[in-house]
Amino acid sequence: MGSATTATAVSERSTRTRKVTSARRRSPSGTVLAYTALTFALVATLIPFAWMFLGSVKTEAELRQRPPTWWPQTFTWDNFAAWFGRLDIGTFFMNSVVVAVFTVLGTLVFCSMVGYALAKLDFPGKRLVFTLVLVTLMVPGVVTFVPLFVVVSKLGMVSTYPALILPFLAGPLGVFLMRQFIQDIPDSLIEAARIDGAGELRIFLRVVMPLCGPALATLAILTFLGSWNNFLWPLVVAQSEDMYTLPVALSLYSVGQNSTNYGVLLAGSVLIITPVLLLFVALQRYFIQGIAATGIK
Amino acid sequence: MTVLTRAVAPAALPRSAGHGPAAARRRRTAVVAYLFSLPFIASFAIFMVFPLISSLGMSFTDFRSTDIPTPFAVAFVGLDQYTALFQNEQFVRSMVNTLYFVGVGIPLTMAVALALAVALNGAITRFRTVFRVGFYAPVVTSIVAVAVVWRFILQPDGLLNTLLAAIGITGPDWLGSTAWSMPSMILMAVWRNMGTLMIIFLAGLQGIPQEVVEAAEVDGAGAWQRFVRVTLPMLRPTLLLGAVLLSVGYLQFFEEPFVMTKGGPLDSTLSISYFTFNQFGFGNYGTASAASYVLFVAIALLSIVQFRAFRTKE
Repeated sequence: MGSATTATAVSERSTRTRKVTSARRRSPSGTVLAYTALTFALVATLIPFAWMFLGSVKTEAELRQRPPTWWPQTFTWDNFAAWFGRLDIGTFFMNSVVVAVFTVLGTLVFCSMVGYALAKLDFPGKRLVFTLVLVTLMVPGVVTFVPLFVVVSKLGMVSTYPALILPFLAGPLGVFLMRQFIQDIPDSLIEAARIDGAGELRIFLRVVMPLCGPALATLAILTFLGSWNNFLWPLVVAQSEDMYTLPVALSLYSVGQNSTNYGVLLAGSVLIITPVLLLFVALQRYFIQGIAATGIK
Repeated sequence: MTVLTRAVAPAALPRSAGHGPAAARRRRTAVVAYLFSLPFIASFAIFMVFPLISSLGMSFTDFRSTDIPTPFAVAFVGLDQYTALFQNEQFVRSMVNTLYFVGVGIPLTMAVALALAVALNGAITRFRTVFRVGFYAPVVTSIVAVAVVWRFILQPDGLLNTLLAAIGITGPDWLGSTAWSMPSMILMAVWRNMGTLMIIFLAGLQGIPQEVVEAAEVDGAGAWQRFVRVTLPMLRPTLLLGAVLLSVGYLQFFEEPFVMTKGGPLDSTLSISYFTFNQFGFGNYGTASAASYVLFVAIALLSIVQFRAFRTKE
């Protein structure tokens, strides 16, 4: 599976290179123009990041200075110190990590299991389940928001980890992704294992799962990203400070008199964005393969 | 599996027959399948299907937050919530705002993403990964964190207006003006979503056989003609996918105004989702449910229209 992907990538690359060399031969000025335009666009895209990182180490006085300074005149860690001192960043960070990790694990297990059943097993009601999954892909979040909150309060789960995790294990996207991927696994492999006397669970764990690496990686990344950046639902169900995730903490800090306290706010943004940004740069190949494969962010 | 079962079972045997090894195996497979599906189906039923149906039910009642202890004691009001909605000026305003955001935001995001994808695919050979990673980076960011940065940049005397002043333009109070608040939201949405579409379009462009483009070139088609007459038509399925994905997301437009403007100034960035959320906050659960179903129908309709529009020309 892995070698096939690499082979495709290589052949794609060589096709592209061939095409591009011919393009360059035709019009060198076009190439220069393309690089200039792309560089300009790249700088414009990245300015907000630069401005955030630079601003987070400027003093509050310097942030209010007009016209604004580019490079910090006085370099300070005070804005970060606020998060590690009077604001309990450790708890918020742990909450974000715990919620994201369990959401990812649960999604991987639930979605791959039902994905296998939908792709390779026959059972009454299969079509209904799959149709429901497809329909709910289009359901806007606000439709289920109110009753979901009622369900969670009825179950006594407000301000608990399960309230932050469980509703996201029912994601239709993951099911769709796993079902499509498992469907492409040859039936003959599964039949061979069955003839060798392997039980269904064994087939699932030893034959199907090892072949699902790329799909699981994509699903893990998408789910982690969604959970880490998720904000509205945690804002509503995490009602005590010890349950706040990072985005909830930042958004609740940024109201009222603190709303223009940009030094501390920018430091908070840096603390939220940096982990995913590092993860993204390290795993960018998988991110991009996943997006291209599923077409969904 | 299906193939094998069919091969083993005698063709004349009705599917529902409850005897014989084939039927026993089929039953066993079904039991196994249910066990595999159980965790997902249970959570899907509780956290998705049940809320989906009760939301529809609630939209025909006068359900309020005070009714949570006794959910079945509420009054059935028929379509009253829906008729009241369409007479509610604020809701109508939120529909207009959402249309504005979608109508300008989708074409703009697609155009920018397509331009980036075409440039990355054909015009350059080096640093392709650097550009791709850079343009995609905004996608992975948290909206709350990004909102802080953008509010800072969009202040009346902030970075954007300082840069504009350098080229002789006096920038507006972006987030404080009813005329410029929505363009600011759109600008931010384009920035945050162009990366996803760029990747999808890149994948689509790489699927176009080079021979076709070269054939057009041999026939004397210029670069622009090749793009419009060959590349774009062949990219139609990818463009459709992008448009549908974007509309499902953009119609739900909510987080940007929630963290940037609180729907203001003067409701100029209040979206349908935001209106719904506010009604939820006021405890008007019936109204909130009705409004959310209006949005659901809008999303379904727009998706159908797009599929039709893109398909007819094939």
